[in-house]
Amino acid sequence: MTPPDSNEPLPWFLKPRNVRRVLFGLFVTCSLFFGLDFLFALTGYDKHPYFQWEEWPGFHAVFGFVACVLLVLVSRYLLRPLVMRDEDYYEKTSSKTGDKTDV
Amino acid sequence: MSDALPPSLIYLLGALLVPFLRGRYRQVFALAVPVVAFVNYYLITKGVHWRLELLDFELILGRSDAWSLIFLHIFTVLSFIGILFVIRENEPLDLSAGLLYAGSAMGVVMAGDLITLFFFWEMLTMGAVLCLLARKTPASGRAAMRYLLVHVFGGVVLLAGLVLHLAAGGSTAFDRIELEGIGPWLMLFGFGINCAWPLLGAWLTDTYPEASIGGVVFMATFTTKTAVYVLARTFPGEPALIWIGVAMATLPIFYAVIENDLRRVLAYSLVNQVGFMIVGVGLGTPLSLNGTAAHAYCHILYKALLFMSIGAVIYRTGKSKATELGGLCRSMPWTCLFCCIGAASISAFPLFSGFVSKSMIMSSAAAEGQVVVWLALLFASAGVFHHAGIKIPFFAFFSHDSGIRCKEAPLNQLLAMGLASVLCVFVGTFPNAFLYPMLPNVEADYVPYTVGHVTDQLSLLLFSALAFTLLMLAGLYPAEIRSTNLDADWFYRKGGPAFHRLADKSLNALNAATSRFFLGKIVNNITNFFDSGLARLACLLMTPFWKLMGHDAAQIEEERHALFRRAKIGAFPVSLTAFCAVILLGLLTAYYYVAGK
Repeated sequence: MTPPDSNEPLPWFLKPRNVRRVLFGLFVTCSLFFGLDFLFALTGYDKHPYFQWEEWPGFHAVFGFVACVLLVLVSRYLLRPLVMRDEDYYEKTSSKTGDKTDV
Repeated sequence: MSDALPPSLIYLLGALLVPFLRGRYRQVFALAVPVVAFVNYYLITKGVHWRLELLDFELILGRSDAWSLIFLHIFTVLSFIGILFVIRENEPLDLSAGLLYAGSAMGVVMAGDLITLFFFWEMLTMGAVLCLLARKTPASGRAAMRYLLVHVFGGVVLLAGLVLHLAAGGSTAFDRIELEGIGPWLMLFGFGINCAWPLLGAWLTDTYPEASIGGVVFMATFTTKTAVYVLARTFPGEPALIWIGVAMATLPIFYAVIENDLRRVLAYSLVNQVGFMIVGVGLGTPLSLNGTAAHAYCHILYKALLFMSIGAVIYRTGKSKATELGGLCRSMPWTCLFCCIGAASISAFPLFSGFVSKSMIMSSAAAEGQVVVWLALLFASAGVFHHAGIKIPFFAFFSHDSGIRCKEAPLNQLLAMGLASVLCVFVGTFPNAFLYPMLPNVEADYVPYTVGHVTDQLSLLLFSALAFTLLMLAGLYPAEIRSTNLDADWFYRKGGPAFHRLADKSLNALNAATSRFFLGKIVNNITNFFDSGLARLACLLMTPFWKLMGHDAAQIEEERHALFRRAKIGAFPVSLTAFCAVILLGLLTAYYYVAGK
């Protein structure tokens, strides 16, 4: 391992301008697929669903979004306060190497 | 009869020979074992091979049908990838452990009876323990001990179940077992421990992050997937499995979101993915069982790929925690790419392997009208993308710059990851090339690429990504914190020592008290009694006579002393003995006189 060189160029993916582009691309694609679902619903395209609600336009999009927000909020505000303990809870560790050492 | 050899035999011989070879010979030999096994795979014909007689039982080492062959295929492929991944270090322990582990797993899937199954089942544990020991740190040694204890317990449960099953008139056939009586239930739980069921499976997330970087690739492949295979063989369509699978698919993802160690995040997502397979087993329809087999096949590839990519990071940086990593796409671009392919596969993006297998299980759940199960699996699908698909690559390779600059992973590791990546994409893009034709139930037709399925899945994933992005931007995403999160392993990691202390305090104290009472008091008194008790008794009896004879205290003391000495050594005058004999005869005469009347 070598320390970072302060003059090294940022890779494409990490340049702030490109990060904004990627985010923009994500928002556009999301809207596109959301729109597409409405198009399917309006034109009556048969997606061969098993359940009625799969026909609702944007069902999967909304489900995915809500599921992930719930997942994160529950993990952070309910689970973490319950189960989080110190890193050394089971065994003493030396933080320098990250390797666990004998107690 | 088949011209092929039992695949487990090839691997076990390989594992035994590896330590005796040196340098390049060892590397070539270790890589040749899976290659030979792969050729051997195509020589195995369908049917029952390699029967042995043991006592009154017939052992079957090779039952080859569609079920066993698809698992054998992916195990063989993966063993090559795994060996390639660790070949550079040329550590005999790593190589032997991998080959032994692979051989045991193949022994299980090829087993045609429950006794052979049990034999190889126990050997799996030895392979895993060696994979843990191969890390060679004190923590991995302790993890190996915990792993061993949990799995020995699981093995005993399975053995007890097996014995009860046979005693109740069950056969040794490794086929569908009716869940009646205690034997089959114990067997089910024995399998469930290896399958990492909720509460029974904490060993997995506890120990996998402690294994060597190559060892964990084997561990992630063999133990849980052989358990899935065995459950699919013995308890297909068991409704309880549906809900166990749902719990496995949904609960660990909450832990994965707040976990800091990236290998532990992968371990949680492993349980989540095995949950899908168990739901498939529980549904028990031809399509859902196909889904289980296909998902096991795909899962082994991408899970190994993800563990290898984080393993390569550990190899170069020595770190696996999200708090210590970040920005590695600069130094390890290829590893980053392979990790993203693994992430896309586990998230079931169209054109990647998870897409063509997971959806079979979800479709079966929907077709069976299992609304809650279907919704839970959809939630788990969004969640797995969130924590494994985004979190793993993001915190390792992007995120904030950790300042670490290292070399790209070595060539052999890149080749191993590259091969797994190519297979992930190939299987995902052309599922009909070889994956679908290998599936056990040919009658269950499935078409993954429909417009509806692709757009629905992409909508789900894109909006999950959107949620991640917005939560990140809003600062609501839980910050990575160096921490330990309590899980069911608490019961044996804290409960075990507490039980030991309790047993020590209570049972050892009881032991000491008993020892003091019996050895110190009773035994002492008994020996005392036989030593001098009778002499004392004699003195006691004689004292009134001496008093009658008018002896004074000093004389009595003198008589008593003399009698005591004589009684103790048994040196009585003959007259006394004769007197006693006369009394005895008199008593006997009186007795028979009375009894005779």
